[in-house]
Amino acid sequence: MNCQEVVRWLTDYLDGELDATLLETLEAHLRDCDDCRIVVDTTRKTIELYCRCEPLPLPPGVRERLDAALARRLSQRGA
Amino acid sequence: MPTHLENETELVAEARAGSAEAFTTLVNQYDRNIYRLALNITGNPEDAEDVLQETFLKAYTNLGRFEGHSRFYTWLVRIGVNESLMKLRRRHADRWVSLDAPVETDEQETLPREVEDWGENPEQQYARRELADILAEELRKLDPAFRTVIVLRDMENFSTEETAALLNLSVPAVKSRLLRARLKIRERLNKYFKRG
Repeated sequence: MNCQEVVRWLTDYLDGELDATLLETLEAHLRDCDDCRIVVDTTRKTIELYCRCEPLPLPPGVRERLDAALARRLSQRGA
Repeated sequence: MPTHLENETELVAEARAGSAEAFTTLVNQYDRNIYRLALNITGNPEDAEDVLQETFLKAYTNLGRFEGHSRFYTWLVRIGVNESLMKLRRRHADRWVSLDAPVETDEQETLPREVEDWGENPEQQYARRELADILAEELRKLDPAFRTVIVLRDMENFSTEETAALLNLSVPAVKSRLLRARLKIRERLNKYFKRG
C-alpha cells in the first residue's frame, strides 16, 4: 500500500470499517511512514475534537422567542 | 448526539395527546443541538434561529405523523436539516450547488499538503468557548456539501448510513465527502494545534 491508498482508505480506517486484510496492510504502511502516521493521527484528533464539542447555551433571547412561537401555535390549536 | 431521554416514548405519546408540558421537556432536551446543527449548516445566526423555531413548530404540528420507527431526535434532525438546506438555497440561490450533485473526487487534491504533528491534547490548548468558535469558524469555511456531512457524522454522531439517509445521498457519496471534509478541516486546524 502506498501513501495515496492510505488516504483513500482513511475514513474507513478511522471509522473501524476496514476488512482484516486491508487493515493489516494499512497498519504495516503506517509503521514505516511518518507522514502517513501524522496524517492519520491528526485526522483522528480532528474527528475527536468535533465529536467532543458539546453545544453551547443558546444565545440570549433565542429560547424566549422559541417559547413564544410555540405558545402562539398552542393557543391556535386550543382555539 | 444528545442523551436519549429514558421516558422519551411516553413523552412523545403525551405530547401527541396534547400535553404542552411533555413537548416542552422534549424541546429542553434538544434545543441546543438543533440550534447548533442549523448554525453549522446555514452559517448564519438569524437563519439558525428561524430553523430552530420551524423545526419545533413543524414537529409539534406533525407529531401525529411520527411513527416511532426512528428516535424522536433523528426525526427532529431530519426536519432541521431540510429547513437548514432550504435557508441555504434561498440565501445562495445564485450560486447554489445541489447537495446531491456528484462531487468530483480528485485524488491529487485529496492528498494532504501540510503534514505537521499536533500536541497530545489539542483541546486543552484553548478554553471551551474559544475551541468551539475555532471549530465552528473552520467548519463554516467548507462548502455546504462537505460541512453538512461533518455536522451529521462527526458532531451529531450519526452513522454513515444514517447520514446518507438524512441527506438522501448514497453511502459511497457520504464517504467520499467525509474523507475530503475531514482532510480539509484537519489541514485548516494545523495552524491552531501544530507542535511548537
